[in-house]
Amino acid sequence: MATQMTDGHRRFLQVLMSHGIMEGSVARTLHRDCCEIHKVYYAHDKLDDFINVVNIHLQPFFMQIRKGMSEDDGRTYYALVNLAETEISKMASDYTENELELFRKTMDVIIISESGFASSTNILNLADQLKTKKMKKKEAEQVLQNLVQEKWLSERDGEYTLHTRCIMEMEQYILSNYQDLVRKCNICHSLAIQSQVCETCGIGMHLPCAGKYFKAQTEPHCPHCNEFWPHEIPEINRPDSQLPSSAPRERRRTSSSGTRRR
Amino acid sequence: MAQKRRAKGPGPSQGEDPDEDYALSQSASQVQRNLERLSPAHVDQKVSELVQYLLVKDQKKIPIKRADILKNVIKDYRGVYSEIIKRAGRTLQQVFGLQLMEIDPKHHTYILVSILPRLEVDNLKQDDCTAKLGLLTVILSFLFMKGNAAKESAVWEMLRRLRVDPGVRHEVFGDVKKLVTEEFVRQKYLEYNRIPHTDPPEFEFQWGARAAKETSKMQILRFVAKVPACGGAGGGENRTLKEGEGSDL
Repeated sequence: MATQMTDGHRRFLQVLMSHGIMEGSVARTLHRDCCEIHKVYYAHDKLDDFINVVNIHLQPFFMQIRKGMSEDDGRTYYALVNLAETEISKMASDYTENELELFRKTMDVIIISESGFASSTNILNLADQLKTKKMKKKEAEQVLQNLVQEKWLSERDGEYTLHTRCIMEMEQYILSNYQDLVRKCNICHSLAIQSQVCETCGIGMHLPCAGKYFKAQTEPHCPHCNEFWPHEIPEINRPDSQLPSSAPRERRRTSSSGTRRR
Repeated sequence: MAQKRRAKGPGPSQGEDPDEDYALSQSASQVQRNLERLSPAHVDQKVSELVQYLLVKDQKKIPIKRADILKNVIKDYRGVYSEIIKRAGRTLQQVFGLQLMEIDPKHHTYILVSILPRLEVDNLKQDDCTAKLGLLTVILSFLFMKGNAAKESAVWEMLRRLRVDPGVRHEVFGDVKKLVTEEFVRQKYLEYNRIPHTDPPEFEFQWGARAAKETSKMQILRFVAKVPACGGAGGGENRTLKEGEGSDL
């Protein structure tokens, strides 16, 4: 098994870096193209091995290409992450002190909430109470727009949650900073920002993980305490499906009980 | 550890900062001796911090100042600065296929340039950046055809013909004037200089240092030959192309 870096690996890394985060099927296409261009050995199902070669060389520099899952559609994503957990280092040079404070406070709200979302009203209130320097509504709205564009936050219906890229980059930081306050998915054991929670025993699951676990069960029960699972089970398309998985979102909007606890 | 002291004798360059002077004045053997006093793990950590710092800054296309590297990353490891920079440079080449290149020897600013073989069609990233790159290429081509510099007014006139008006908010580019005179200039793709002895002040555009490093004038000439709006006749530049092939443009 070759463990040498080739120009194919380097090009893959450069393109991944410029995208920030890349969806699985795009990454697979890129893998194929990079191998083709630089005449590197290619096997269509060996993307993870290909990435491992890069990771071996990135390890001494505390960086890794990590594979993660989107909490919205369950799709696989790849991102280059910094393993240092001590600071929000990648953001530090792009945002001012009070902008970083707003982001951190927003993250607090998102993580502590059951739904994994913070409303824009909530965030604008936070902006008004910043310790470093208060922020006016217009300014805060602009900062939120920048954070969404840079893929630290994602927005839906006026509410904000952490972007997949943010979760992948900051997983270590979040786990060590928030410790017992964060939830881990009972199925895949990774950090869960958005989740469905058992009302009896308190365990939580990612929506896509719940979708897979409870697939086609007419009466879903909690895997931990066996009580009836009170939430609507999201319908998950095949992860490699070309069509956007709109089912969970539609269900959430129209359902009466909802997947979010009140 | 590394003590602050004024450099004795001429260093490789005259930094105006005593920290810079110290870092740069260390001879190879002094650096080796300083290295021996430090834990290899800590030095590796510094190299990794520098690599990350350079990558992050370069992703934003912000040229990196040597003074900032020393202040924000190297800090107490000034005594082994040359070794850290050397190792970081090697990593960037071997792992990322990027080269640390000095674009301004006077102010010591660096950028990262890909050393991978250039592709004919490098269109793997499709988003706003592609549009901006297109606009930039058009401007660079126009400047090239005008003998590497053109008055601001001429550039706006040319863009207006392509329905990109600096006075009007553009659907894709937003504030066109800001993009061209600020963003492209900050990223060193263009230079925006005042023409001396003009009153009211007039400005002209030129190719920036990054444009010169990242693209070749040959590529621009081929592009220009095909696009009449940039001054090409759609084929009349063949003679120049043939003459140009041999020389190092």
